[in-house]
Amino acid sequence: MDKVLEVDQLTKVFSLGNMLSRVRITATDHVSFYVKPAEIFALAGESGCGKTTTARMVMGFEAPTSGTIYYRGERAARKEKVWLTRGTQVIFQDPFGTFNPLRTVDSYFFETVHNYRLAGGKKEAIGLIDQKLRAVGLSYDEFSGKYPSEFSGGQLQRISISRALLTNPTLLIADEPVSMVDASLRMSIVNLFKKLKEELGVSVLYITHDLATAYYVSDRIAVMFRGNIVEMGPVEQVLMDPKHPYTRLLRESIPEADPNKRWSGVVKLTELEQQEYLRQGCRFAGRCPVFMEVCRGQAPADVQIGDLLVKCHKYT
Amino acid sequence: MSQTILRTEQLKAFYVLDVYGTQKVVKAVDGVDLDIRENEVYGIAGESGCGKTTLLKALAAAIEPPLRLIGGKVIYRVATGDEVNAEPLSLLSMPDAAVDRYLTDGEIDVACLSAEAKRRLRWRYISYVPQGSMSVLNPVAKLKDTYRDFIESHVSGKTRRDAFQLAKEHIVELGLPLEILDAYPHQLSGGMRQRVTIALAALLKPRIIIGDEPTTALDVVVQRGVVQLLKEIQRKLENTIVLVTHDMGVQANIADRVGIMYAGKIVEEATTKTIFDEPFHPYTQYLISSLPRFGDKSPRESVPGSPPSLLDPPSGCPFHPRCPHTMDLCAEQMPDHVRLDASHRVACWLTGAG
Repeated sequence: MDKVLEVDQLTKVFSLGNMLSRVRITATDHVSFYVKPAEIFALAGESGCGKTTTARMVMGFEAPTSGTIYYRGERAARKEKVWLTRGTQVIFQDPFGTFNPLRTVDSYFFETVHNYRLAGGKKEAIGLIDQKLRAVGLSYDEFSGKYPSEFSGGQLQRISISRALLTNPTLLIADEPVSMVDASLRMSIVNLFKKLKEELGVSVLYITHDLATAYYVSDRIAVMFRGNIVEMGPVEQVLMDPKHPYTRLLRESIPEADPNKRWSGVVKLTELEQQEYLRQGCRFAGRCPVFMEVCRGQAPADVQIGDLLVKCHKYT
Repeated sequence: MSQTILRTEQLKAFYVLDVYGTQKVVKAVDGVDLDIRENEVYGIAGESGCGKTTLLKALAAAIEPPLRLIGGKVIYRVATGDEVNAEPLSLLSMPDAAVDRYLTDGEIDVACLSAEAKRRLRWRYISYVPQGSMSVLNPVAKLKDTYRDFIESHVSGKTRRDAFQLAKEHIVELGLPLEILDAYPHQLSGGMRQRVTIALAALLKPRIIIGDEPTTALDVVVQRGVVQLLKEIQRKLENTIVLVTHDMGVQANIADRVGIMYAGKIVEEATTKTIFDEPFHPYTQYLISSLPRFGDKSPRESVPGSPPSLLDPPSGCPFHPRCPHTMDLCAEQMPDHVRLDASHRVACWLTGAG
């Protein structure tokens, strides 16, 4: 089976504090997953779960402590950056922060065309840019010469995606692409990913804390908690019938847009984030409703149940 | 039906800006009628830049330039004869006896209040949890000092020890850990800071709590904790919560009634159940139907087009350029509110009014 991206045993350790009181936090702990061609893979979790650290390593902004990343079967570190970024493009969280407010938006497009030598002349470049803008529902005429402040957040995010498409990437890495976009325009971005997947065969690594859109758009999902992937598998199985108690808690905590399904029961909130990171054994043990003695001392191993991968002592 | 505690009449609050000699007017709140009752959670929803925060500022009587009150009224019902409300009244009339003159049927127009009277009403009658309230706490003071400052400036005749005792009891009551009193704000997580800010706003048992996006930017589990806290406060104090959030899931979970705001106007208002089950206004319909739901992967559409600019809103009904059912009349005239039933009102020409 082909894999566009494969991450193998990726680990990142951060040191906090000074020389005398050093704390070592394992932000991602032997994380392994892969993305297939023409697939939307969601990496979901709360803030501080290590999903952004994982993404930063995949994007090459951060060197992993150990573990390897393979792009289309080849080891990332051995390849030069142009090769890497041509096939993999990134969409960032904040569309207003992506673009310099003092530069026109089209200058970014010409810069990308220039950097990757995608077109022979200006005319060809404009044709290419127009074609990519049409893929996201905009056109060259309505955007040339304009500044970022002249667009809405949703439009800017679509422009950002369209710029990423210039190099004909096989993989888009989208780090929280809809969290800063207005709720009423959110679906237009998410639908766009679906369309790109179906029409152009682009794979998307969709990093999000929003399980509702993850359910709507993705094929497979991995749920992260304090540096570990606790559950991974087809999105229907993971979100409709969660096995891991943490996934269950997450799933129940999403406010459903239905006044008949209000929350009942009291939720136990996290202690200090750092405490959970440093916890021996299962890191969810402090809040787990089905806590057992073994959870305290020993970290659970991955258990394969059908297509599903669960990290919990309940199933060992 | 319980009594009205806060209402507005054709409220208009505009930002008047002077840019290089030309005047620009941002019509952030444009003719809003609200009728918020005792012991309810009233939700206000709408996309960003539709005037939600400005409306809250007007409700909390916190209008400062460049925001100006152009027309209409914000009215508090401060006296109803029962004991709970007698206190704000005495608070009001003590410093300036003139206030009595403006009081009709226990209601008072906020514009008549002096700065001192407003100050006295704040936190005891109405409290406001602003947006990004995680950063409102003083970063160089321990939380117990923040609590003490707060109590000393709003409650007279409390000693230091009493104030500390009051803060302690309050925190235990709301299920927050006591150690936070000895912590600095930066030592707490965002969710904990948010909950402390909400707890602080509820400390003096105000009749109305206004919350501006209190759960935005929080994780889902923490968000649930914050909603839980708000519900708990509301249940204990039996007061009114006005909650602004664009997250319809949160609205469905906590609000009793929801008002949908679009371009500075309330376009639809109904009980939460009606809003979700039978939305009438095309904008509300889009909002509800675009929400992803579990167990249903059918395609969802966003509202077409882009949000309007409040600097130059479209003529007539502001939604008409994006509306699938637009008629000639829509571009010409803003429809009035039509009542579909006792609690459901909507401003749309499709109701057949006009």
